[in-house]
Amino acid sequence: MSDDNISYGKTDENGKHVTPLLDELETGPWPSFITGLKRLRDSEGKQYAPMMNDLLGQLEHSYEKKTGFWKGGVVSVYGYGGGIIPRFSEVADKFPESKEFHTLRVMPPAGNHYDTKIMRKLCDIWEEYGSGLIAFHGQTGNIMFQGATTKNTQLAFDEFNKVGFDLGGAGACMRTAMSCVGAARCEMSNYDEQRALRGIINEYVDEMHRPSFPYKIKFKFSGCGNDCVNAIHRADFAVIGTWRDDIKINQDEVKEYINEHGRKYTIDHVVSMCPTRAVSLHDDDSLEIDNQSCVRCMHCINVMNKALSPGDDKGVSIMIGGKRSLKVGDLMGTMVVPFMKLESDEDFEKLTEFAGEIMEFFADNALEHERIGETIDRIGLPSFLEAMEIEPDPNMVNHPRTSSYVRTDDFTEEAEKYFARKKAKEDDQVVAAE
Amino acid sequence: MNIATTPRTPVESGVPDPFQYMHPKLIANYGNWDWHDRPRPGVLRHVSKSGDTVWTVRAGTQRQTDVYTLRLLCDIADKYAEGHFRFTTRSNMEFMLSSEDKIAPLIEALEAKGFPVGGTGNSVSMISHTQGWLHCDIPGTDASGVVKSLMDRMHSEFIKEEMPNRVRITTSCCQINCGGQGDIAINVQYTKPPKINHDLVANTCERPAVVARCPVAAIRPAMVNGKPSLEVDEKKCICCGACYPPCPPMQINGEDSTKIAIWVGGKHSNARSKPTFHKLVVANLPNNPPRWPEVEEIVMKILYTYKDNARHYERMGEWIERIGWPRFFEMTDLAFTKHHLDTWTGARHRMNASAHVRF
Repeated sequence: MSDDNISYGKTDENGKHVTPLLDELETGPWPSFITGLKRLRDSEGKQYAPMMNDLLGQLEHSYEKKTGFWKGGVVSVYGYGGGIIPRFSEVADKFPESKEFHTLRVMPPAGNHYDTKIMRKLCDIWEEYGSGLIAFHGQTGNIMFQGATTKNTQLAFDEFNKVGFDLGGAGACMRTAMSCVGAARCEMSNYDEQRALRGIINEYVDEMHRPSFPYKIKFKFSGCGNDCVNAIHRADFAVIGTWRDDIKINQDEVKEYINEHGRKYTIDHVVSMCPTRAVSLHDDDSLEIDNQSCVRCMHCINVMNKALSPGDDKGVSIMIGGKRSLKVGDLMGTMVVPFMKLESDEDFEKLTEFAGEIMEFFADNALEHERIGETIDRIGLPSFLEAMEIEPDPNMVNHPRTSSYVRTDDFTEEAEKYFARKKAKEDDQVVAAE
Repeated sequence: MNIATTPRTPVESGVPDPFQYMHPKLIANYGNWDWHDRPRPGVLRHVSKSGDTVWTVRAGTQRQTDVYTLRLLCDIADKYAEGHFRFTTRSNMEFMLSSEDKIAPLIEALEAKGFPVGGTGNSVSMISHTQGWLHCDIPGTDASGVVKSLMDRMHSEFIKEEMPNRVRITTSCCQINCGGQGDIAINVQYTKPPKINHDLVANTCERPAVVARCPVAAIRPAMVNGKPSLEVDEKKCICCGACYPPCPPMQINGEDSTKIAIWVGGKHSNARSKPTFHKLVVANLPNNPPRWPEVEEIVMKILYTYKDNARHYERMGEWIERIGWPRFFEMTDLAFTKHHLDTWTGARHRMNASAHVRF
C-alpha cells in the first residue's frame, strides 16, 4: 500500500478520523465492536469522545500498517503494585487524545453474576473517568476497563472500590481467578466453586496486589470434568470437581431415554463412547456402570443427565502446572491431588492452606520468569511431591516410567511405606464403618 | 500533609460476593439442581430437586462493549429478565427467567437489537479471544476484527445446534496463545526474526533478562556501532516474539513477517477423551484486515468438513483421531509439510511409533 492511499491521521470536516477499513467491520449479523467505539466517539460533550476519536484513528492505522502501536510503562494506584495495564501510544503525535489508554483489571463477582443496578453503576463510573469501553471478560477472568488516562486511573479505581470491586492481578503475582457457574445453576457441580475461589483469592489477596513471585500463578475452579473454565489448560492450580462413590442411576429415566432415542443410538452414543468401557446396557434396558473403571469423564452424565448424576461423596481433584506457550510451550496441569473432600468448613480451610503452601513453594523455588509447571519439569515430580509432602499415587501418571535410568536402591523402603499407607487407609475405613 | 492531597486508602475487598447480584431462583436452589435440557437453541431449562425451574437465554456479544450497549442490555434485562444476568467463559450473556412465557419476548428483544441468541449445545459458540491492536503491546493482529469477521460467517452455526458436538474456537494475536486451546485456533505466527533498533536497546532493555527469555538461546549480548546491544542468531531463531515484551526495540511485528496459522483439535473437557492441545494444520496465511478472507475460507472449510463427516458427540480432535491425519488433510485440501513434524521438546512422542498406517 503506498502512503498516498492510507488515512494516517486524516479527518473529515467534523474532525473525526476517517476509518474506511474499520467501517467494513460494521456490516454482518454479529454485534460490531466498531459500531460501539464510534458511538463513544460520537457522544458529544462526553469527556471520552475526543479520546475515542483518536483511538479509532490509531486502530485504523494499525489496520493499515498491520502493526500495534501500544507500549507498556508504569502506572499504578495508591497502595497497589499491580492491577493496571499501562498503555502509551507510540503514535501520540497523530493521536494525542488517546496517548494514555490504560486498562484497569477488576475482579468480577465469582461466577460472573451481575444485576442491572451494579452494571449501570460500573458503566456510570467508567463513563465519568474512562473511555466507556469495557470487556466482559478477559481470558484470565477480569473485567477489563480499557482506556483511562494516567490521572483518571486512580479516580476510576477509587469509585470502583467504593462500590465493592477490587483490582485483579497483573505481573508476577497471584492472578485473578475464575469459576464456572457451578452450584448456582448446574446439576454437575461437585463442590461450592465460588466459595473455594473466594476462600483462596481473598485469603491471599496481598499476593495479588503486591507482585513478589517469580512469575504469575493462576487459579481456576470447575465443578466437574467438563471443565467449563478451561482450568487444566489455563491454570497453574486447577480445581476440578469429582466424586468417589458410584454414579447415581435412575433406571426409569434410562428406559425413558431409550424409548425416546432408541437402543442403537444409546449404545452408539453412550455405551460405546465410554472411554474405559465401564458402561453396559442389559437386555431389559437397565444400565450398569463399573464404577471402579469409571474415570469421571462426564460423557454419559452429560448425555443422559436426567438418568445419571454424580455420586454423593463429592470433592475435588487438584492439578498443578497448566499454562500457555511462553516459553517452553503450552503445558497442562498434572494430577497432584486425586481427591480432596470439599464440603465442611474444615475442608475449605484445608484447600486454602494447600493453595498457600503451593504459592510458598513457588515463591521459594521457581526461577525468575518460570511458571510452576516449568519448575516441576525442571526438578521432577518426585521432588515436587516430596517438598509438598504428598505421597505418590498411580492416579498421577498415564503409566509408570519406561526409562530404566533411575536409581532404585531404596525401592524396598518406599514399597514398605506404600503398604503402611494402604493399611492405615484400610484401618480408617474399618473404624469409619464401625 | 494537606487533606486534599491525601490519597484514599483502598479497601482490599478481593473477589465480590456473587450472591448479592445473583438471580433469586439461583440463590434459592444453590447446589440443589437436578437436571437440565434445551427447549431450543440458545435456551436452557434447569430443574431443581425442589421442583423449581429456571430458564436461561444465552446471547452473543461483541465482548469489547461500550457503555451504551451495556445499558441497552440492562434495559432488556430489567424489562424481560428480572434484572439479573451473568457472563459465560466465552463472553456470552445469560439471562435467567422464572417463567417460560418470558422466553419469546426476551429473544425477540435481543434479536431486534442485533444480539444473536444461541451458543448452547452442539453449536459454534463465541470465539474466545485476546486484545489485539486495540490494546495489547505485542499483537500481530486484531483478534476482535478476526472474531467479528468469523462470527459473521458462522452466525448461523451459533444460533443452531447442528454441529456433531460443541465447537470451541479461539484466536490469539501471537504465539503465546493467550486465546487458549481450541477445536480450531486462529493464531498469529511470526515468520521473521526480530528487527533490532540498536540505538535503543541499551537504554530500554535489561539485556540479561532478554537473553534469558529466549526459548532457544538465540540471543546474545553484543556491541553494535560501539553501543551495548543484543544480537540474534537468525538460524536458531524460531520467530516467537518472546523477546519483544522485555525489549520493544526488538520489533517482531511487520507486514512481511506477521502471518496467521490455523490449528485444530484442542479440547478442554475431560468428556470421553482426555483434554488435548490443538495441532498445526496450515501456516503462512496472510494477515489481511479488515476481513481476513483467506483465513475465513480455510476455517469454514475445516468446520464444514467436520460437520459433514464427524459422528454425533465427536469433537474435532476425536473425529480426526478416528479418521486419521492423512484423511483429514485429504478431505480439507490442505498440504502436509515438514513443518507439521514437531521439533520441540519430546517431539518423537508425537510421531507414529507403530505399523499403523492409513491409505
